[in-house]
Amino acid sequence: MTEIFGEFESDMPVTPEYLIIGFSPSSIPLKHRWRNNGLSADFLADYLTTFFLGDPDDTSAIERQAEVKSAVSFIANELLENAMKFSDETWQRPISIQLHLSQERIVFVTTNTISPQAVDKFQGYIQDLIDSDPADLYIRQLEKNAADETSTASMLGYLTMIHDYMAKIGWKFETVQNDPEVITVTTMVQLKV
Amino acid sequence: MEIKTEDYSIWYVPATATVICQGSLRLSGMDEYVPIVQLLNDAIETQPPQLTLNLQELEFLNSSGINVLSKFVIKVRQTGNINLMVRGSRNIPWQGKSLKNLQRLMPSLQLELE
Repeated sequence: MTEIFGEFESDMPVTPEYLIIGFSPSSIPLKHRWRNNGLSADFLADYLTTFFLGDPDDTSAIERQAEVKSAVSFIANELLENAMKFSDETWQRPISIQLHLSQERIVFVTTNTISPQAVDKFQGYIQDLIDSDPADLYIRQLEKNAADETSTASMLGYLTMIHDYMAKIGWKFETVQNDPEVITVTTMVQLKV
Repeated sequence: MEIKTEDYSIWYVPATATVICQGSLRLSGMDEYVPIVQLLNDAIETQPPQLTLNLQELEFLNSSGINVLSKFVIKVRQTGNINLMVRGSRNIPWQGKSLKNLQRLMPSLQLELE
């Protein structure tokens, strides 16, 4: 089974510059390595800024560089947090994040397993994201979270990328093994630069 | 009221009714944010006429953190008698993108990006 949602480019052109980081489940469960997410996101953001070096006297170029760095750090961190949270550790499969850079955009791609029981709920949420106006959904989600003292998930990560960073997001669900069933989800985020 | 860790510090200054958040807030889910939510709620309970949230040195905030700040703003709005000011920095790009959303939750909120 392969299912695609949102703006997912299956045949993304090969980019000249890319970086991939993999996280393998080990003696320390991925969910306990939370601090790694921020460190990895900041590393990716720092790495990328070397490609956006402008004239040091040009204030707008420096501001642009700071903006790209901040956006990459936010998006990469959210993607890693999601991948770590939803990854089904039963299968001991690695989580990866890729960063592809071209003239006009930065593309983030994360892949992780997901429990087959969690797929329907996740796809329902994705469909809501695709069908709704981001500005309306954003405020509705904040008000809903505030009204529900017991809610543990903010459901704001993808929404913030779309609403605040104008990112395009797509998802691919794949059954990579049958009996027992193992499903992976690949999330692709495109950011214009 | 003060929370201090290697990554972030949050404290309340009663004399100026100001909550100050500094550093990098990327905690895992709402459970880990409980002490911070408690500090913010305690600040509201002091019922100052004017409450300030100073984020000028808050470098990073993840989506769970955005949720925490949004809940705080909604809570202040619900009291109906506290004026809220949020002070941010133009030098921290996420603030320019995301803080204006707080104003949509509470139109009377004063947002100052310096």
